[in-house]
This record gives sequence, C-alpha cells and structure tokens, in this order.
Amino acid sequence: MSRGVQMENANPVIFQRCRDRPLTASEEDEDVHDLIDDREIFDLIRSINDPEHPLSLEELNVVEQVRVKVNDAESTVGVEFTPTIPHCSMATLIGLSIKVKLLRSLPDRFKIDVHITPGTHASEEAVNKQLADKERVAAALENSSLLEVVNQCLSSRNI
Amino acid sequence: MRSSFGVTSTMAEESPLLLSLVEEFVSGQQDSKAKEAAKGVKDGQFTMLQLVEALGGSLTSSQPHTRARGVQLLSDVLQENYADLTEREVEVLIAFYENRLKDHHVVTPPVLRGLQALTKCTALPPGSAVSMLRSVFQDVHVQSLMLTERGCVYNMLINLMETREAELKGLGADFVFGFVQSMDGERDPRNLLLAFQIANNIILGGYSLGKFTEELFEVTSCYFPIDFTPPPNDPHGITKEELILALRTVLTGTPSFAEFLLPLIIEKMDSDIQSAKLDSLQTLAACGSKYDHRDLAEFLQGLWTSLRREVFQTSSEKIESAALTALTALTSCLSRSVVNSDSEDTLITLLDLVLTDCKHHLCEPDLKLVWPSAKLLQAACSASNRASHIITAAVMPSLIEQYNSRTQCSHRRTLLEVVQRFIKSVKTNTSSDTDESVLSAYRAALCSMVFSALSESNSSLQITATTVLTSLIQHKGLLLDSDVGLAVDHLTRLLLTEEDESVSSAVVECAGALAELHPAALITKLIPKLKEEMFSDPRENSEMNSHHAMRQRCLSALAAVSLQPSVVFESTPVLLQVLSSAHTDGARFSVDEVVLACRSLQRIAEQVQDTEETGRCFHDNIIPRLLSLALQAALQNEGSSGHRSPLTEEVFLSALVPVISTSCSRLQPKLAGQTAARAVSLFLDGDVSFLPDNSFPSHIQLLTKQQEESWSRSQLVCLLMACVCSLPRSVEVPQMERLLFQLEELSCSCSHLLSYTSAAKCFAGLINKRPLGNSLDDLIQTTMKRVCSELGCTSSPVRIQAFTLMTWVAKALLLRYHPLFSLLTDKLFSLLDDPDLGPMAADSFSLLMSDSADVLNRGCHADVRIMYRQRFFSENSAKLVQGFNAAPQEKKSNYLKALSNIVNELPKQVQVSELPALLSLILEALTCPDQSVQLSTLSCLEPVLMNPPQVLIQQLEALVSRLLALLCSPAMKIRIASVRCIHALSQFPVHEVLPFRARVLRALAQALDDKKRLVRREAVHARGAWFLLGSPGGR
Repeated sequence: MSRGVQMENANPVIFQRCRDRPLTASEEDEDVHDLIDDREIFDLIRSINDPEHPLSLEELNVVEQVRVKVNDAESTVGVEFTPTIPHCSMATLIGLSIKVKLLRSLPDRFKIDVHITPGTHASEEAVNKQLADKERVAAALENSSLLEVVNQCLSSRNI
Repeated sequence: MRSSFGVTSTMAEESPLLLSLVEEFVSGQQDSKAKEAAKGVKDGQFTMLQLVEALGGSLTSSQPHTRARGVQLLSDVLQENYADLTEREVEVLIAFYENRLKDHHVVTPPVLRGLQALTKCTALPPGSAVSMLRSVFQDVHVQSLMLTERGCVYNMLINLMETREAELKGLGADFVFGFVQSMDGERDPRNLLLAFQIANNIILGGYSLGKFTEELFEVTSCYFPIDFTPPPNDPHGITKEELILALRTVLTGTPSFAEFLLPLIIEKMDSDIQSAKLDSLQTLAACGSKYDHRDLAEFLQGLWTSLRREVFQTSSEKIESAALTALTALTSCLSRSVVNSDSEDTLITLLDLVLTDCKHHLCEPDLKLVWPSAKLLQAACSASNRASHIITAAVMPSLIEQYNSRTQCSHRRTLLEVVQRFIKSVKTNTSSDTDESVLSAYRAALCSMVFSALSESNSSLQITATTVLTSLIQHKGLLLDSDVGLAVDHLTRLLLTEEDESVSSAVVECAGALAELHPAALITKLIPKLKEEMFSDPRENSEMNSHHAMRQRCLSALAAVSLQPSVVFESTPVLLQVLSSAHTDGARFSVDEVVLACRSLQRIAEQVQDTEETGRCFHDNIIPRLLSLALQAALQNEGSSGHRSPLTEEVFLSALVPVISTSCSRLQPKLAGQTAARAVSLFLDGDVSFLPDNSFPSHIQLLTKQQEESWSRSQLVCLLMACVCSLPRSVEVPQMERLLFQLEELSCSCSHLLSYTSAAKCFAGLINKRPLGNSLDDLIQTTMKRVCSELGCTSSPVRIQAFTLMTWVAKALLLRYHPLFSLLTDKLFSLLDDPDLGPMAADSFSLLMSDSADVLNRGCHADVRIMYRQRFFSENSAKLVQGFNAAPQEKKSNYLKALSNIVNELPKQVQVSELPALLSLILEALTCPDQSVQLSTLSCLEPVLMNPPQVLIQQLEALVSRLLALLCSPAMKIRIASVRCIHALSQFPVHEVLPFRARVLRALAQALDDKKRLVRREAVHARGAWFLLGSPGGR
C-alpha cells in the first residue's frame, strides 16, 4: 500500500481481540501430550497484520476461531477467511500470508487448506484455486516483491 | 608593522633564542616551536613586540608561504596569550590582520586564527568588532575555506556576540546578511552546530533582521528535516538528535518565520520518511509556545488536514502521538491569544475543523475511525479550559445519548472508554475556584451511566465503568456526597458478589482511588459491610469456594483502601480479628485466608502515610497483638496434641515476618528502640508484660535449648528477626552479646529447619549492622571456629546447621565489604568438593548474590554497599575457574552451578563485559548433564544474547550446536529456554547468522511438533524470526 492512494475501505468495522489463552496446569505438566487444537491454530494467524491497515486480521474479523478446523491425528488444517468487502483486492495476498504463516509454523505432516469463507468474495473460486495450487504458491514466493509484502504481514509490528 | 609599535620599539632588544625559534618554525617547519614561543611570551622571556620584530623578515617575505608561516606563528602565540594584550597592541594587531586578509589566499587561514584569538580579548578597542567583521565579510568567501577556518569565522562571531553585542547591533541588518552569506552552503555538522547557535543568538538577542528575515530562514531551513547519520566511530560524537534540536530552536525561535515555516512543515509532514514526519510534527509542536493566533490563522486548514491524515492513517504510534501533541500545542497556543473584537476567534475556527471531521465518527463505535477521532478531539480538549468547554459541550451530550440508546455491550464499552478519556483530558481551571467545572453539567448523566454499567453482567463493561468512576473521583469537587455513597454501594456489592477476577481487581483499584479522597464513605459503609460478610458462615458446603473467593477479595480491598490513617484505624482491627478468630477456631478461616490477611497487613504497612499516629498504631497495637497471637498458638500447640492452630504453620509465620519487619523498619527511632527492647526481653527473659490478652505463664523460654518437640516455640525466632533486624541502624539493640550468643547456640544445635535458619538469619542481620572493630572480628572468628569444627567432622549431626549459619554470616559480611569475608569465601569454595555439602555449597552462591526478601536488604536498613556483586565476582571468578579446572570430573558440575548462580545475578552490563573470560565455561555448562545447570546457564545466556559481545559471535558455531542439542532435552523448561536463546540469535548481525539459517530452520521444524504447547509456541516465534533473516521485507 503506498501512501496517498485512497484505501478501498478507510473506515472498517473493528472487532475486539480475544484474550490470551490462559495457561493451564496440564500445559505445564511434563507428561501430558498437548494436542494441536483450533485455538492454537487461531493464535498462529490472528496476529497477522492486514496489508492495508495497521490492524490484525483478528481485529478486522478476517479470521475467526470458529472458521479454523484442525485434526491433529489426521494431520489436517482448514482455515476459512473473510475479506472485509466482497471486492477486496487484497484477498489473495491475505490468503497467501495465512498459508505461509501456517507452512512456517506447523510440522511437515500437516496438509494445509486455506480458502475464502463461501459467499463472501466476488472472485472466491479463482482465489481459492490459486491458494490450493502448490506450484503457484511456491512461484508467488519466488517473487521477491510479493515475498516482501508477505514478510511484512508476518513481522511483529515494531514501530 | 614595526613602526606602529612606536615608542616601545626602541626598548626591544633582539633575543637570539627567539630568532632561532622563529627560524626553526618558519623555515624549519617545526610546529612544536610555536608552543615554545608561546610559553616564552607567557613566562615573560620575551614580549609580543619582540616576537613581531623577530618575525619581520618572514612577514615581509616575497614568498606567500613564508608569509603564511610567519603569520601562523604569530597567531599560534596569540592563541595562548591574547589575555595579556593592551588595547593599543590589540588595535595594531587587528589593523595588521585586517590588512593581511587581502593577501594571498594561503595566508588567510592563519590570519583568521589570529583574528579569532583577538575576538577573545577583553581589551578590544571600541569599533574594532565592527571593523573586523566588515573586513571578514568583505574579503573572505567563507564557504571556499577549509572546515577549521570556517569554524574560526563562526567562533569569531560567537565570541563577539557574547561581548560586543551593542556594537554588532549597530551594523544593523548588514550583520545578518554577512552571516547568511558566510554560512550559506555549510555542510559539516560541527560547523552547523556553531552556525545554528549564531542564528539562535541573532533571533533571541533581538538583532535586526531587516529585509533579510527570509534569507536567514532560507539559509537555515534548507537543512530541515535533518538527515544525518554519524560515521561509525565518530570521534566528535555529534548526534542527529543534537542537530535536530539546534535547528528546531532556530526555526521556531521567532514568529516572523511563521509564514515560511508553516508551509514547509505542511509539505514535510507528507514525507515518506518517518523521521522527517516526526521532526515536522515535533517542530510544529514547538512553534506553539512562541506563536500567536495571527501567525497561525491562515495555515490552520492546511495544518489540520495534515494532522488528521497522520492520525487517521497512521501506522506508527510515535507519529500518532507526535501529531496529537502538535494538535494540543496548536490549540493551547490559540487559546492563549487575546482576541480582538474585530478579528475572528481562531480557536473556534480550529475546533470547528476538528469537530466537523471527527465528531460524527464517535457515532460509529464499531468502526475503525472512532478511536483516532476520539484521540484528536481529546488532544484538543486537553489544551485549555476554553477548549475543554467547547469540545465537551459538543461531544458529551451525544456520547451520553448514544450510550443510553445502544444495546450491544461492545458498543457501550467503546463509548464508555471514549467518555473516560474525555473525562481525563478535560482541563480544569486551576486559577479560579469559582469557575464551574467543565463536567459539572454532565455529572448526573455520567454517574447514572457509570452505575448502570456497573450493574451490567458484562465484565469488560464493568471494568471500563470502574475506570470511568476512578476518573470522575479524581476530578476534585465534581461528585456529590450522595454520588460517592452510591459508588461505594456499587463497589461493595461487586466485591461481595462478582466472581470474575479481572473485575474484582479493577473494583479494588477503584476503591483505592476513592479512599484517597473520600475516606469517610469507606469507613462508614464499605469496611463494616466487608467485615460482616467475611465473618458470616457459608450457608452450605457447596458455597465454600465462592465464600473463600469473596473473603480473598475483601482482604485485598481492605489493604487497597488503607492509605489514610483514619482508614487504617478501621481496617487493621478487622484483619487482626481474622487472625485471632482463625486461632481460636481453626475451621473458621483457612490457612490461605490467614496468609492473605498477613499480606494485606504488609501492604498497609508499606503504603500507609508515615505519620506519628500510624507509627503508634503499629507499635502499641498491631505488633504486640501479632506477637501475642503467634505465641499463644505456639504454646497451645505444645499443650494439646489434637488441635493445631493455623498460626503455627510455617506459611503463616513466613507471611507474618514481612508485616513486622516492614512496620519496624518504618517506625520513628524512639518507638523502634522500644519495640526492639520489648522483643529482646520477650525472647531472652520471657518478659510477656507488653503483650495483650496476657494469660501466658510467667517464664517462657524461647531461645534456650529445649526438647525436640518444642519446634513450634523455637521457630518464633523468625519474629525476633523481623523485629530486631529491620531497625534503623541508629537504634541500639539491648543485650546484644547475650542475644548473639543465644542465636548462635540455637542455629548450631536445633534440628528444626525454620528455627535454625531463622536464628542464623537473625544472627547475620545483627552482625551486618555492628560497628567495625575488634569485638566484631573476635565474634566472627569464634563463630567460624565453631562452624569449621562442625563442618570438619563428617559425622556431625549439625553439619547442615553449621553450613547454613556460615552462609548467612558470609552474606552479612559480603554486603558490607567486611575484610574477614574472604575467610568465609575460601571455606565455601573448598566445600564445593565436599561429597555431601557440595551441591548445597553451589546453591549457596545464589543466596549470596541475590536479594533476600526478609532480612539483609536495604528496606531493613542493612549495610549494603553498592556493586557488592560485581566486587564479589571480580575477586572470585578466577578462583572458580581454577577450582573447576582442578576438580575431579564428578565434582565439576558443582563449580558450573556455582558459576551460573553468580553470573545470573550480575547486572547485565557486567555479564556482557565479563562473558569473554567465562565463555568457555558457559559453553561447557551447556553440555553439563545436570539439568539445573543447563537451565540456569540458559537463563543467564538469554539476556546477554540480546546485545551480543563480539567474542560470542566468534564462538557462534559452538553456541549454535550446543543450543540445538538442548532442543531434545527431556525437560520442557530447558527446551523452552533453548528455543528462546535460538530466537535471540536471529537478531545477531545478519551476515554472521545467515550461514546457520537452513540448519536452525530444520532443527526448529522438529520443535514445531513438540508434545508440549508451550515449546511449540516459542518454536513458532523463533522459526518465524529465522525465516525473516535474509528474506526481502524481513531482516
């Protein structure tokens, strides 16, 4: 996003962040095996920065915990995300950021599926197809200007 | 030149020494001779005149370089001797130098240096300042000179402005013009600082700028915003910040720059460079104090548009807060200006702009712009009383109305938060008390809003409401007594019923704020109600849990509200009653609750205002009651075997110690002395006369050796410690010799852990405060003899006791740098090899180095020298390394543990500077199989990695492989700590760590599948950071 260019949605609705996951006794117990659950996946992606606003995807309600499904035993993860407006041109970029974040943060064994919440975006199918295509994701990450934007979305904000 | 010295010239005689100096300097190019010549003049070996005569030949030489050399010698000598010149001499020299300015360009640098020396003369003849400057401005093109010569010219100006201000002002605008021409194009930061100083003098000194105002602005503002990065290892130490501030003082120094500066600021605020934006905003804020409304009027629209954009679209908190500060500064500038009847009120103009653009966003509490809008309005609101009136009148009614009409909790909460910030930002008029508070018109509506929110079931709404209430309370004179009463009722209700912890802690905090200004309402309503509920019995077993939680909240609320003496007199009896009823009926209050009551008493002792009456309250009432309760419990415990009072529990006593020691440490010396005397006579002689509820047998023995089962009595020695070890050093403890003897006896013979440890601590606490001298030395020697003999005998049943005593005494001596300390350290080091005590000895180093909570700390008035840790470390680290190298393999871990205990407690700077010497040992410690050594080494490594010393970077390979190996440790804490260290490594210089990227990412991929979530979480962070290394948009 370069300055001076009018944003597509300058005054979006803001949602409250949920509290940090409380620490449980079983998490501190050496012997208990903590399964990877929906909340853990949601914690991975909720703090991703929006490419346009200085806000997180959670604050814009682009990602929600109810739209995250994980099965640790079968090693599958499914994430649905909801663009703020149906014509959002950032949808692919946001999806790519989520995908990359999960690729970097989950063990190899997981099969990761990221797609748009059905019925919330004009070019839903095209975006989903791009995100599901391994080759295209890999090619996108070869593009250094695209990788730069993705990395910025994944950096912790430090200004 | 020669003739101008007139009569004196006949007196001068040629000195051969001088001639040779001149010769060697001018022809021989020996610079050091200038120093000698200067010294000669200073010592009176020869005069200035003689020097000039000796220079004659060189000054008139046909070679420009020889002339330059001659002038240089003269100038060098003048640098040292300008103070002793007569007015006549100065006049002649100036005339000479001015004339030389027209000479060849190689002569100019030494001439300028000479002139600069002359500007420092006190004997400067009238008119010479002007003539010097005229010559310089006329004959020299400053910017074609070298760096130092340009500096010479600036320094001349600075010197003359200091002493000849009136004369320079006589030059009128020519002076400014001359300066503008001289600095135009300056590039060196050192000279810029000088030039900015001159410009600032011109502006502040009231020099006439004439028609050169714009020129002076142009020639300085072309550097705005400053972009300067000092070269690495810059010897001059000039920072960007320094330049920015110097330039800002110039630019904002006078309102006559306003018409030029404000458009420039508006332009630069639009810059893409963050620092330029920030500088512009801060410069704008600085203008606020100098300008008035006329300067700002025509730029308000432009400034506002830029400020709004920065806050609405900001991506940086720094920029946002700078923009808000600038808006506040502008508003307060406009509020200050006197408005004429014919001109429009510019404050209204600006506030209209702000309100038009922001107010409607407050009606959309779920959209993004509600917050930036609120912040802008609040920034304007906080600028002045008038602004507060205008803004509040415009926004408050609609906020209140919206709150009442909205139904969604999240909307109402946002509105409440906005309201709260408005309440905080409102500026009350401090000068006149008669003026109605800005908020008083909305008092009733705000109160009903808060009370309705407090009655909601949504916890975040309740929490926000308590902060609103706190802000309302802090507006003195705003709330009526009836409002305060209602507020107390609400807070009481929430304390008694609200289960959510975050709500109750917010309520407790709010009650604390209320207590500061309205203690009466708490005394009459809150405290009696809390007391009644705490002492009521839970109706059913199922309610036990919630009853306990309610008591917890009540206990912490009692502590939070006890700030003023009047409240303390009411709250402490309630807490004491909790303790006594726990003693009489063990089932009534749990041990947890008793401990919490102690914590509350401790907090009160820490925070209560230090007055005579509170001191008396603690001394006469609280401390004796506490001692009496503890003693009753101990005696009862011995008497009957069945019922055991919770007041004999170790947790209770440990919580009681800080109550007593905090209150004793804050007592006035007279009362403190009395407390000490009473405690000593109680413990030594069994004197119970000062205790209330006195039904004790007449001669209780507390310190002398007793049967084994009397631990409940002997452990009370910790209370003796609390009394006598926390007193101010000026207070004498009576019967010291006897007391110390008994304590040593108890600590070396008792088998009960708390008893012998407390006795040892008490002994150490007293030793620490004893005056230096033979009696102290003898005492230490005797004690050490006893300790060593016990330690020497491996079968002794009290080896651990003797060791404990020695450790505490060592700590007492270490803190005060006592010379006998080394005796004890050597013993400690030797024990690292002991088969039984080795691990304990290693742990004892952590005790030596860390702050102890209940004794031997500054709060207890102990003799603690600064940097004792560093001193200990620097004296002993070598011994430790030696010992490690010499120790047998199975003992090495003790040394490593001792080392990590010591290093862990060192201040970070010391860790970083000492690390090189210890690095090999630390790397060794990471491979040591002892998990506690691994963990403590990792924990001291992590902060060092944040700012890595060079030597660590050289050992990167060894470090990385050891850290990666620890990722597979069976202990979760070690895995977490090593992942965190690996994370820290990612912040090392990129080119150093990049070679490890692939390897680290592979290793961390394993940790992503760790069975523990806490490990995975750290691994995700670390791996994310390593991915960004060397990647576009990353690092």
